[in-house]
Parts: sequence; structure tokens; C-alpha cells
Amino acid sequence: MPYLPHTEEDIRSMLEAVGVKALDALFDTVPGHHRVREDLDLPRPMSEWELNDHMDALSRMAATGPEYKVFLGAGSYDHFIPATVSQLLSRSEFVTAYTPYQPEMSQGTLQAIYEYQTLAARLLGMEIATASHYDGATALAESLLMALRLTKRSRVAVSSLIHPLYREVVRTYLEPTGHELVELPYLPTGVTDLSALEALDDLGAVAVQSPNFFGSVEDISAFSALAHEKKALFVSAFTEALSFGLLKSPGSQGADIVAGEGQSLGIPRSFGGPALGMLAAKREIMRSLPGRLVGRTTDLDGKRGFVLTLATREQHIRREKATSNICTNNSLCALAGVMYMASLGRTGVRELSRLNYDKAEHVKSEFKKAGVVLPFEAPTFNEFVVKFFGDSKALYQRLLEKKIIPGLSLAPYYPELADHFLICVTETKSREDLDALVREVTP
Amino acid sequence: MNDILGTTGLVLNEPLLWEKGRKGRRAFSMPRRDVESFPVDPAVEGPGPDFPDLSEMDVVRHYTRLSQWNFGVDTGLYPLGSCTMKYNPKTNERQAALPGFTGAHPLLPGDLCQGALALMRDLERYLAEITGMDAVSLQPAAGAHGELAGMLLIHAYHHRQGTPRSKIIVPDTAHGTNPASVALCGYRPVAVQSNDRGILSAEEIAQVMDEETAGIMVTNPNTLGLFEEELERIAQIVHDKGGLVYCDGANLNALMGMVKMGHMGVDVMHVNLHKTFSTPHGGGGPGAGPVCVKEALEPFLPVPRMVERSGRYALSHDFPQSIGKMGAFYGNFGVMVKAYSYIRTMGAQGLKRASQLAVLNANYLKERLKGTLDLPYDRPCMHECVFSDKHQQKARITTLDMAKRLMDYGFHPPTVYFPLVVHGAIMAEPTETESREDLDRFIEALKRIVKEGEEDPDLLHEAPRKCKVRRLDEVTAARKPCLAG
Amino acid sequence: MKEVNELVLPDDVRYAEDHEWARLEGDKVRVGLDDYAQDQLGDIVFVELPRVGEAFEKGEVFATVESVKAVCECYLPMGGEIVEVNQALEEAPELMNQSPYGDGWMVVVNPRSVSELDSLMTSAACLDKLKGEE
Repeated sequence: MPYLPHTEEDIRSMLEAVGVKALDALFDTVPGHHRVREDLDLPRPMSEWELNDHMDALSRMAATGPEYKVFLGAGSYDHFIPATVSQLLSRSEFVTAYTPYQPEMSQGTLQAIYEYQTLAARLLGMEIATASHYDGATALAESLLMALRLTKRSRVAVSSLIHPLYREVVRTYLEPTGHELVELPYLPTGVTDLSALEALDDLGAVAVQSPNFFGSVEDISAFSALAHEKKALFVSAFTEALSFGLLKSPGSQGADIVAGEGQSLGIPRSFGGPALGMLAAKREIMRSLPGRLVGRTTDLDGKRGFVLTLATREQHIRREKATSNICTNNSLCALAGVMYMASLGRTGVRELSRLNYDKAEHVKSEFKKAGVVLPFEAPTFNEFVVKFFGDSKALYQRLLEKKIIPGLSLAPYYPELADHFLICVTETKSREDLDALVREVTP
Repeated sequence: MNDILGTTGLVLNEPLLWEKGRKGRRAFSMPRRDVESFPVDPAVEGPGPDFPDLSEMDVVRHYTRLSQWNFGVDTGLYPLGSCTMKYNPKTNERQAALPGFTGAHPLLPGDLCQGALALMRDLERYLAEITGMDAVSLQPAAGAHGELAGMLLIHAYHHRQGTPRSKIIVPDTAHGTNPASVALCGYRPVAVQSNDRGILSAEEIAQVMDEETAGIMVTNPNTLGLFEEELERIAQIVHDKGGLVYCDGANLNALMGMVKMGHMGVDVMHVNLHKTFSTPHGGGGPGAGPVCVKEALEPFLPVPRMVERSGRYALSHDFPQSIGKMGAFYGNFGVMVKAYSYIRTMGAQGLKRASQLAVLNANYLKERLKGTLDLPYDRPCMHECVFSDKHQQKARITTLDMAKRLMDYGFHPPTVYFPLVVHGAIMAEPTETESREDLDRFIEALKRIVKEGEEDPDLLHEAPRKCKVRRLDEVTAARKPCLAG
Repeated sequence: MKEVNELVLPDDVRYAEDHEWARLEGDKVRVGLDDYAQDQLGDIVFVELPRVGEAFEKGEVFATVESVKAVCECYLPMGGEIVEVNQALEEAPELMNQSPYGDGWMVVVNPRSVSELDSLMTSAACLDKLKGEE
């Protein structure tokens, strides 16, 4: 049987050492009537080669081949991943290691995560970053819970242009402890209504996403200033980490906490997971942070080394008073993230994000020429909202037949924009792809 | 027997990323620029992050060297209790890396991702079968996430009944995530102690169970590696007062094909794909913690849920009583592919044999080491066993000292100082993928270490000596945290 | 870890069950953690103290003390209002290990009722209790 090294002789002699007659007898502490009598109803085992064929066939049942042009973003982004990242990430000393609780034999993981924390903090313009969370949505939910703990308040204001699926996760996390969630409406210009915040009081946190779900850049400085006037913490959310290669960082605009999705940084879309929840904050709230933290220190010989630190915040010590219940996080994804950031470098990240921006702007400009409606004027990065001509459902179907997916319909999330689409353009689309899209949507 | 001890090797120092490189270097092949440049509104443009500039060789050497400072299951025995560090099959990696899976956008129209949906649907079925439960959600991204989902499900159930409750019973042997998850849901944890046999007694539960208690969180086998023999009666007591039973499935590796938790009165449980189902730990994740429930809790499962419509699979949000979403999308699909591949490779007989051998290996360790280390519960164990450092106290050797010296011998130490009910606990879970010879080497090493502790204790106090670094100053790291460079 | 007879338990303070000490200074009371507590905790890395002006009942948690691997809640041995807080502990929490009864003090309290001190243990009683627990 696969992966089981015991020979019959091994089993016999080990049973003897244990003083038991048969393998079944090892389960004598299980009350008899609980013992399963029949075999589990599972498909018969496959050889490695049968499995390969089976999985090849399954994986082909997806719109992922090069013939498909998928212009979808909305929290999951198509970016090139260098072969070096995939190769280095597959080193089994990284992959098959456990959480670095024994730091002396985990310095590889620990230094790498310390480097991730550093580059993540620099990307987001903040002082410190955690070692990772499950995804952008849970990072945001945990940030809001932290802000509520810190301010000892019970209400948060959340922009309605934060990713709809993120807002649902936030709701799930905040409801059981009776916290109140107020949604800030958006303006016809496609950004959050600042004036709606003026009217609110007693807030523990204010959260706005930028670029927002419509792809528009929000005035984070104005929101953070107003939040601070109300003695609330300002949480800046994001779904496209690469945008900060070009745009002002949330930290430079007054955010106290930044929470979002790092999947763009060298992690494949993989049908939505695993992802990379990023959380960064000001140093002064360090001891309230959820999640793991790697710190720098020295060993007995004075050599530099790294350890998990501030563990007294965490569940294994603080138990019910912990800052979170998180244990296993997304460490290997953080490793992919830092490898990707290191591969791009300072000039590379700027160039790549500029390329994303220019490709998206090119499509926007061509769309405008063709008479497609772009309802929102605010600057965007690589996502934007459009309204095509005529029957949007029919157009969508027609393009699907040509293996083009022209973005995400907003109908399920913003019924008032039912015939609008959210289009994402990244560096993975060639000029030909872009021009084909424009051509196909023009009547 | 000196050949057990770790040797030296050429393990190189490697600076931090920003301590190397040169301005202008890049390790990334920039895509061809085939569009014109558009102006950027200066109000939104920033300077970009201060990343180091590195060449491809810089990056490759950096991570190759860092990897050599690490120890993984592939390096050697990793007997961490309750972590199930079994072998991570490489074929699983091949499957998860298939472009049809990695390149799938989660918001593709259902017709264009039937392969992924079929895989998820099948995995749900397999997990339901293995656990003896009725319905599954693959959405939770880790065990603790699954626990939170479970608590939310219990909360929703009672809310629906019109009788919101305020407490959850949590055994003193519980993993820390248990009470933390309880608190996240607004419940107060009520601690109960295990009896002198190391398991929960139904009488103790009967004394604390009341109509204000939403339920109980158990781990079976528990963190002492012992089967909770009274679980069925405990479940009855809890059910009689209208409560629900949550089972932390972290230790499922002991029971596959032998026991179905659903048949013991468990209403909701989570499983850890990165433990029982062989997906790799990745240095701390990603994992996956699917939650499995009985019919009564099915309406509350997180959305979206897998539905079948005329032979096609789809994800539906049409479940009005759902607790909502645990994560933005559907869970860690990339991890699911690996667990699915594992189950398809092992089959029913394989999984059962895996559990049997996991239990055999742990009992073998227990019998061979019980003369050397104190064994607080000298009874048949399941897939893990717990020792203490009681015998070593005279020589002023602690569990920590023995753990550090084990590294020099080329083994990852077992879990130390957990569960809290055993002073100086050493919780060892060998898993079924370890051969008898590797177990014998481990046993031999521990025996030698104990002897070293009596004859030359500095060898332990100064350990480890063969790793990249010696013991680290965790005190300064906590007093003056340096979390970024 | 120290043996019981190695512990330093001075006579000029009283001891609570949970190893806080209290010293009457005029009409105020100075509070800290005793030698047993700091020894058990190990190297103290962080101390979370209350603000001046905060009031507590006898037995309420007024501070937490952390080592690398443990957290200890501290219970105020008598009811009262905090009038002084040891700011030095922010930069140098190790003072609680080095000088638990001196520079490692935690707070000064304006007690509601000085007589509450009488119910605390003397040094001898505290030592007896620890010996009994061995």
C-alpha cells in the first residue's frame, strides 16, 4: 500500500513488542458497537499513473487554456509567476516543514517570513506586518475585531464598495459578538460617500477599500482624517496588492491598519485558494495584532537569528483571551509572496504595475472611442466598470462562445448596476487580446 | 552507534534580502510593452515600495541557502503530537500544479469549471463517508477556522431554536484554538477536567451541563492520545439538555475506517487536510479545515454550497439560514486537490491500514520508551503518546533540554509542554509513514540523550550545537520586538 | 527555579494568595509581585499596567505580566484607586525579576480601607503555605 513502509515481519515483531495479537486489538479501548464493520464506501485506489490521467482529465474541464481570454479580477488576479518562484517554493525543506516552533531548525522559514513581513510593510507603507492570514477577507474581519478591542467600541463603518464577498465575511465574524456594522453608501462617481461618515458616531473603526470593488481609487487621506476626528481607527482594505507598485500606499495616507489580499504576488488563482491575507499596522498596536509574528534576535554565540515572538497574544498561551484563534496560517503563500517581490525588485514592481495600468487604460480609451459607457471617472489601476451596448446577457453569451469572458457581471452584487461589468486587464493580456475584446463588444 | 548524531555540512550564511543586490538588478522577465503609456493622476501616484533589486542568481541562491537551514518531514522523523506529520506524497503536488487547476478563476461561470466543482463535490462525499456525517463544507481554511465555523453553526442552531445559550464546555486537555474559537463566537468556555484515566467522565459533564450550555467541544482521541471511551454517554447527556457535540478532528489519523465519529453522537466536527490527509504543512500553512455536520445543522453551513442540477455541479448561495461566509471564495482549493489525490491513491483499505499502523507505531514508541521516560498514563494509546520529564528532574534536565538535544541527533522534537495537564509533557506522534528502523533510531537517540543527561548534562543544556544557530534569545525578542528590517 | 528556602520574602510587606505583595507607606499602599511569582514566570518581557485614576475592587485584575511563554493576571490585594504607576517597567520589565520589592514595584494605591491589608499573609505565613504546597 502506498506510503506505508511496514512489512508483514515488521508488523509481527512490533505487535509482539507491544504485547498485542493483531492490529485490530490495538483498538480495544473503542467500545465494540462503535467499530466500523464494513469497508468505507470510497472509490477503489488508483495507481500514480491512473491518478495522473484522471486529474489531467478533470483539470481540462476548465476555462483555463490559452485559448480562453478571461478578463476577471474581483479579488483573484491573473499575473505571470516566474519559474524561479515555483521551483524555489517547491523545495521540500520549505514545503514539508512545520510551524517554526523549534526555531533552531527552522531558520529558513523564519528568516524568509521576517523578510516577507518587511517587504509587505514597505509595500503597504506601514511599520509592521503579520506573517499571514487566510485571505484578504479574513484579514479584514480580524482587523475590525482588533480595532473594536482597542477602542472598546461596538460599531464599525464599512464602505459598500469593499468587495461584497469580503463584507459578507466581516458580517459573519462580527455578528456573533453583537457588533454593529454600518455600510457607507457610494456616490454616482463610483467612490464611497465621505459625507455619510460625517453623520456617524461612536465608531471603533472605519474601513474603505482602495482601489475599490469598482476599481476606482478612493481618497484614503480624507477618510482616515475623518475617522481620526471621530477617534476611530482607520482600516484601509485592498484586493490587488500589485496596485501599490504604482499608487500611493495606504500607510502614506494615514491608515492605522491595512488589510487585504496578496494573491497577486506570485500565487496562482487556484479557484480561489489558498490565498494570502495581508495585515499591516502601526507599531504602537503591535501587541493587539492577531496572527503570527517573526522577530529578529541573537543566539548564544551572538549570531543573528529569528524566532516567533509576542506569542502571548496567541491561542496556545492566551487561549480564550487570545487576539485570534488562528494557528495554521498561509505561510507558504507568504513565502511565494516575498519570493515574487524579491524577484521584481524596486524598479521591476514599478514597471510591471505601470504596464498593468497602461494596458487597462488602453482598453478604457478604445472602449470610449467605440462608445462603450464607462460610468465612473475616478482613476483606476487594472480594473474598471463598463456598460456595454444593448442586451448585456446576450452579449456576454456571444463572447463566451468566442472564449472571451468580458469581466464580472455586477448584477448579483449591485442590482442597481445590473447591466454593468467589472473588467480586469493585467500584463497577461497581449495587445491582440485587448483589441479583440474591444472589437467583439463593439456592435 | 555514533553514526546517529548529526554531522556538519556546508551550510552557508545568507544575508537579508535588502543586504544584497544592486540597484537595477531584476529577477523577473518583464512582459513586452505593446501599449502606449498613459498619464497617471499625480494625486494618486506614489513612489512605489522600497524593494531590494536582485538578480535571478541572487534570488535563487538566497532561497536555496535558506532552505538548507530548515528541517522538513522529507529530512527526517518529525513526531509532533497532534500535528500528524506524515509523508507528503509528491504526486499530490503534481496534481495541484496542473494549469487547469492553478489557472482557474473562482468566479468563472459554472459551466467553465466543472472539473474543479466535481473534485470538490467528490471530496465532500469522501469526508462525509470517512467521518460518518451527513454534509460537508470545504470552506474553512484551517482547523481553527473550521472550529470557528463549528461554533457559528452551533450558535445559529440555538438562535433558530429561540434559545440562545452562553457557554461551551471545553476539556482541560483541549488545544488552545478550542477556547479561542469559543470566545470568538461570544461564548464563555467552561473548563472540565479529565479523570485520572486521562479521559472525560460522563458524571463530570453531567454536573456542568445545563440549559445555558450550547454544547461541548471534545477532541477524540484526546490530546493525551487516549480514546474518549465515554463519548457516547457524554453526547447523550449533552443532547438531553438540548446541547450539541463538537469534535475537534485533529486526531482523526487514529480512526479512519475503524470508527465513524458521526456514529458516536457527534453533531459537528472539523477535519485537518494538512494533518490526516497528507497535505504539506508549508512551514505554517496553508492548510484546510473542512467542517462536517449532521443533517440538523446542514441548513446553517457556510455558503456557497455545492449543488447538483441535471448532472452539472454549481455553487449556490440560496441557503437563507446559512451562517454566511468564512472566506472570500470556497476554501483552499489547491489544498483540496492534494487531499483528494491522497484519498484516491489510498482507497478504503489504504486509509484503514494507515490508521492501524499509526496506532501501532505510537504504541511501539510507548512500550519501548516507557522505561526511559515517565509515562503518566500507562494504557494503550491511539496514534500518539505522552511522556513527561519527571524522571529527569533529579538531574535537573528538562523536556526542553531533551528536545534541543534531539535536534543534534537529526530528529525534530515531539510536541513539548502540551497538553498542559502533564507537567513537562512530551507528546509524540510518529505517524504511519515511519518505518520500524526509523522509530528504532529515534528510540535509541532518546535513550542516549537521557543517559547524556545523567553523565554529561551540558551536552543537553548547550544543545543544539549542529543547527544553523544555537538557542535563541526569545526574551529580548519579546521585550524589544524587531519585526521588520 | 528556586527552592522554597531560597525565596526572598521580606517582612516589611504582606502577601496575597496569588503572590502579589503590598506595603503600607503612610496612607498609601505600594503593590508588586513577590519573588516566588517572578521566579515561576521567568524572564518578564512585558507588563500591562492600569492608568492612574482607575479604581478596582479587592481581587479584581489590575495588570497582566508576561514572560515569553506565559501570561499572569495580577489581582489587586485591596480595593482602591491607582495613584501611581511604575513607568520604568515599560522599558525595563526585567526590574520585576531583578528587584521585585524595590525598583520592580507595579502600582501605588489609595486604599479604600487600610484594614484590608490585615487579611493578607505575613512573610512567615506565606513561606509556610509554599512549603505546604511542595
